[in-house]
Amino acid sequence: MRHVISVLVQDHPRVLNRITSLFARRGFNLESLAVGTTHVPGLSRISLVVSGDDRTLEQVEKQLNRLIEVLKVTDHSEPHVERELALVKVHVGGLEERLAIKDIQEAFRARVVDVAKESLILELTGDSNKINSFVEALRPFGLLEVMRTGAVAMSRGERVLKVREKREEAV
Amino acid sequence: MKGAEALLKAMEQEGVEVIFGHPGGAIMPTYDALYDSPIRHILVRHEQGGVHAATAYARASGKVGVVMATSGPGALNLVTGLADAYMDSTPVVAITGNVPRSLIGTDAFQEADVTGVTMPITKHNYLVQDVNDLPRVIKEAFYIARSGRPGPVLVDVPKDVQLAEFTGSFDVKLDLPGYKPTLRGHPRQIERALEALEKAERPVLMVGGGAQDAHAEILAFAEKTGIPVITTLMGLGAFPGTHPLWLGMPGMHGTVAANRAIYHADVILAVGLRFDDRVTGKVSRFAPHAHTIIHVDVDPAEIGKIVRTQVPIVGDARLVMRELLRGAKPLRLATWWRELEEWRTRHPLTYRPRPHLQSQEVIRAFYEATGGNAIVTTGVGQHQMFAAQFFRVSRPRSFLTSGGLGTMGVGLPFAIGAQVARPGELVIDFDGDGSFQMTLQELATVVKYKLPVKVVVLNNGFLGMVRQWQDLFHAKRYSEVYLADSNPDFARLAEAYGIRGVRVERKEDLKKGVDAVLETDGPVVAEFKVYQEEGVFPMIPSGASVEEMITEDPRQEVGA
Repeated sequence: MRHVISVLVQDHPRVLNRITSLFARRGFNLESLAVGTTHVPGLSRISLVVSGDDRTLEQVEKQLNRLIEVLKVTDHSEPHVERELALVKVHVGGLEERLAIKDIQEAFRARVVDVAKESLILELTGDSNKINSFVEALRPFGLLEVMRTGAVAMSRGERVLKVREKREEAV
Repeated sequence: MKGAEALLKAMEQEGVEVIFGHPGGAIMPTYDALYDSPIRHILVRHEQGGVHAATAYARASGKVGVVMATSGPGALNLVTGLADAYMDSTPVVAITGNVPRSLIGTDAFQEADVTGVTMPITKHNYLVQDVNDLPRVIKEAFYIARSGRPGPVLVDVPKDVQLAEFTGSFDVKLDLPGYKPTLRGHPRQIERALEALEKAERPVLMVGGGAQDAHAEILAFAEKTGIPVITTLMGLGAFPGTHPLWLGMPGMHGTVAANRAIYHADVILAVGLRFDDRVTGKVSRFAPHAHTIIHVDVDPAEIGKIVRTQVPIVGDARLVMRELLRGAKPLRLATWWRELEEWRTRHPLTYRPRPHLQSQEVIRAFYEATGGNAIVTTGVGQHQMFAAQFFRVSRPRSFLTSGGLGTMGVGLPFAIGAQVARPGELVIDFDGDGSFQMTLQELATVVKYKLPVKVVVLNNGFLGMVRQWQDLFHAKRYSEVYLADSNPDFARLAEAYGIRGVRVERKEDLKKGVDAVLETDGPVVAEFKVYQEEGVFPMIPSGASVEEMITEDPRQEVGA
């Protein structure tokens, strides 16, 4: 099963390396990884997409928690917002195709961010399914480049991923 | 004050008394500062020897072991030892030099990405970029190494940082917001554990290496409840090996009684162990009748990693055992003990007597001659298992072996570390001819520091454990395991180092040989030429279950 996991880390050098090497050596399947800073200086947040059964996921969480620089790990099983950004450069043959692509763009509420004689760059945010569909819709026109950031996620409502909660008295 | 002096001062503050190490270009400023430092240094002949010695020092003393090496090749020679310490949860701090910051990443002379290389085999590591960070980094490194689940921490210090002027403070506070080990077991889980034990008809207590410091509580708990106790290879010594409640070691070369007890147990209390595959065998057939497995471990990631756990208790073994002891009641286990006794008396650890000298009898002779009062170290292989089987360790931190990584060659450097940690005690390294030859240059260290270690080489002329597997699983195709045609004369080799050498080849000279070793004041290397084709039994083949146990005599009833 697909899981989206958020990890709050100290943004020390090599912390990303520690996380990816953990996945590699423990044989966990990492589908995507997105990293960015937070509003708190010194803290970064990583979104991971991982697939596996419950036991694997339990190990993923526990092994991540063992890393000294990891402050908090959350598996987004609760209602959450999930977004991914994609840039798609698509081939445009002529006016007819341009109009067809415009229809798709509007249907997905994507934006055109670059226009050239024979190509367009479209920008889209949404959950991964939406982006998959968008890419598939554009495929017939000729995909030149597709760039996706990987999913980022945040819990809805009051739940907040914050520091000093990492090890609640266990189980 | 230079960075190098600050580094040593910060270590002094952590109570470091001794460092094992080997100098080189990139760590020279620190070695220069060491010249004026009260910290003692033990010069080893290979960095691997240093890290193993630091590991054994840590295990024998309960303190943090420290090893120091230069950049690149020096640091990389620590890799095996760090991995060994990591697998066996040993607190070690490794200090490595690195090339100056301006050269990092340029493939400079003796440069290697040591923090990158050691990431998967250390609990944590640091590359110090600012000289004023040294006190904080050292404080954190020692704290991380010794607290929670202990493990190795590496601190890589570029040469120019060692040379830079230190203007910082030694009054630093720990600030590790992501690191807060849970030490106290959850009261509700402890209650559940006690409830399960009270109702148990066939309980067992399994004790691992993480419970060495809980030995007093474990002994009291066992005596109060009457529960049978099993100690893993790493747990040997955490419960007296002479105690009537002790069933022996579980797993691949464990006792019939211990393995059958686990197989038939309804409740298992496992403390400070991680269900290594050498203990469980085939996991799906491990403890098939246990409806409740209580797992006490300070590392939450170990709980549920291999076996399903009904009562998980995250916490320090000693604190949790103290709580369990508080609520423990005598259990009614007469029926269970009748069964256990029968297995124990029908299948004691034994071996088939042969006309040749045998490893098992050598170890047994040393056990009897010393009354078990020794710190035992081993290499890895058949001799290791024979030592675990026939030398009954009764004190904690007194059986030092490579459990998780199975590192051949640890025996001699372990003996060095143990002897430095506990100078007044008798330290015996039971080694194999294969294992010993992986690190025997450390005999020079033994000489240099006049360490009275006793090296007992059980020379069977083979890589015996590999040969045993070839016997059993590869149709006796002895591929590249024969050593006897090229082994040195170990006694003369010792003499070349200025160490007393003893050689025993015949059964009738066994006692004389043992006495010669034990009567020698200083170090000894004693070679015992033992029967070449011996096997370690009982044995549960890798990935098999207790039901497939091979005992020495195939006519004996085996299985559950």
